[in-house]
Amino acid sequence: MRGQLPLLLGVAPFGTAYGAYAIETGLSGGLTQAMSSMVFGGASQFVAVQLIASGVPGGMIVLAVLLVNLRHMLYSASVAPHVDHLDSRWRWLLAYLLTDEAYAVGMQRYGRDDESTRKHWFFFGAGFALWTTWQATTAIGIVLGAAVPESWSLDFALPLTFIALLTPVLTTRPAFAAAGVAGVIAVAGFDWPYGTELITAIAGGLVGGMLVARLLEKEVAAT
Amino acid sequence: MNLWLAVGLMGAGTYAIRLSMLVFVSHQRLPAAVRDALQYVMPAVLLAIILPAVLYVGDDASFELSIQNERLVAALIAGAVAWYAKNVWLTVGIGMGALWLLQAW
Repeated sequence: MRGQLPLLLGVAPFGTAYGAYAIETGLSGGLTQAMSSMVFGGASQFVAVQLIASGVPGGMIVLAVLLVNLRHMLYSASVAPHVDHLDSRWRWLLAYLLTDEAYAVGMQRYGRDDESTRKHWFFFGAGFALWTTWQATTAIGIVLGAAVPESWSLDFALPLTFIALLTPVLTTRPAFAAAGVAGVIAVAGFDWPYGTELITAIAGGLVGGMLVARLLEKEVAAT
Repeated sequence: MNLWLAVGLMGAGTYAIRLSMLVFVSHQRLPAAVRDALQYVMPAVLLAIILPAVLYVGDDASFELSIQNERLVAALIAGAVAWYAKNVWLTVGIGMGALWLLQAW
């Protein structure tokens, strides 16, 4: 468990910022907390709050959130071979706890070279600790958001937390391309209705990232 | 749509995505092209949220690409902190502090 402390500290500011941001934009405390326990996906929760605040219809918000969380399919696929021996109750439980951070810690444990058949307990421990931290810091953020006056510009916590999340994922040229294309579309489409600019931006980013990856592959093949 | 219903659907859908390869389908079936595309979701989402939030500012949400834009300057400072310090508390703390200082100025 000691190995997870940095990770728990890492999600604590996101949880707090999320709670405070949601309250600042006018969401009720109950809905803010419910989203943390039902969705349990930091980036997508921020996106949902922003879209709710801008009056985007519910169906489009659900679509955007699912698009943001689609990457969990990757995690699901790479964890699957390690849990084949577990009964389905375990798999349903681990799936609920499968976030970016739990995935990172869990896969580290699975990668270690020993024959332990109880590594899923480690996964569960990490996931549960993260879940508890997320719920608790959301609650702290809700209290904080209600106490802080609007003039403090707490809504700025959204771009700030996303900046902190962005720099670690900008590791390759295709990732830069994906971010760049999506950013430009989101700015150009600022006036588009129903959150369509965000969905178009994400789709455009995926295409941009794949195109650059393909080009780089060809370059390597040509030399 | 009722917001509670929307949140319920978000939760159910996200859970379904996480369950997908663990419970519903065999994990060998995720095609390489899909794997590649999914890698780019995070960078795309993040910058697509960041840029409009720092470029369209004020009560009228007008486009402002200039050094007069306090949010843009504070975000650039936060970006430098995130890049070099790789620390979330520092990034958010210094970014908020920079915005408050610039606004008070």
